[in-house]
Amino acid sequence: MIFILITSFLSLGMLIAAILAIQLKEMIAAIVSAGVVSLFASILFVLLAAPDVAMTEAAIGSGLTTIIFLYALSKINKHEPYEERE
Amino acid sequence: MLQRILILFGLIGLVLVFYDLVVEFVETDALPPVAEHYVEHGPAEVGAANIVTAVVVTYRGLDTLGEVTVLFIAATGVGLMLKRRNQQPEISERRRPASELVRTGSLFLVSVILLLGIYIFVNGHLTPGGGFQGGAVIASGVLLLLLADPSQKLNHTALSVVESLSGVTYVGLGVLGIVFAGGFLDNSVLGLGMFGQLFSAGLIPLIYVCIGMKVGAELSNVLKNLQEA
Repeated sequence: MIFILITSFLSLGMLIAAILAIQLKEMIAAIVSAGVVSLFASILFVLLAAPDVAMTEAAIGSGLTTIIFLYALSKINKHEPYEERE
Repeated sequence: MLQRILILFGLIGLVLVFYDLVVEFVETDALPPVAEHYVEHGPAEVGAANIVTAVVVTYRGLDTLGEVTVLFIAATGVGLMLKRRNQQPEISERRRPASELVRTGSLFLVSVILLLGIYIFVNGHLTPGGGFQGGAVIASGVLLLLLADPSQKLNHTALSVVESLSGVTYVGLGVLGIVFAGGFLDNSVLGLGMFGQLFSAGLIPLIYVCIGMKVGAELSNVLKNLQEA
């Protein structure tokens, strides 16, 4: 019972974070919520007895991918005209 | 309007495709025959306590070589694309230095994170994890270094040498399997050893060390290219 409660809570959190990632206008917040999807997924993988996949998901999905998106975002901002930055 | 209707049709199509899958889903209480073979004969044939590793490195070793190759091509592509960008005149930029907390914390944490990554891939045949996971953890340690001091210069040449050497060693170990054992990537060249010991499961620890170093170097290279671009 408690297992089903926790897994459904995590799945619900994943759904909410995924919808937020699409809907949010603030880019950084959207990227972070896309990372939260992966983080919840990795906890789910641990609960479903797949620790190997969970490790990959946590390190690559929620760690490196988020950072690569953030780097890309900062590159996009950098190439905008100077007047808009200050 | 037309777009919305097309999206609606797309969604209905997806529902039709997945409807049967969801409705007819039955939880199985027995393993499929292939998995059963892995579980029953894996320890005797491969000698790895972690069945996932036995499948990834030995039974499906060729797939793993393919995955490593895909990652290599992806990292090369990122490097090529960002290199071309580099040749354009650079826009001078002011970088705000990292805060005291990030700098001090990274000094403390980086070595621990690197050690964890090495632990994960060296013990890949005993505990969950393996080359890919360990390599990713190492890359996140490198990322912390880059965040703490953006002007930090990683040695591109050293990273490339580590990456190429471990890739070649991986293939070389696989060829050893053809010569001394049953086939490409057969791990019983070194003898299987005591089940559950660190030095066991034949070539698996060596192969995972290669994969871990290769993946770590590749991902660090990608991060560094992105940061410098």
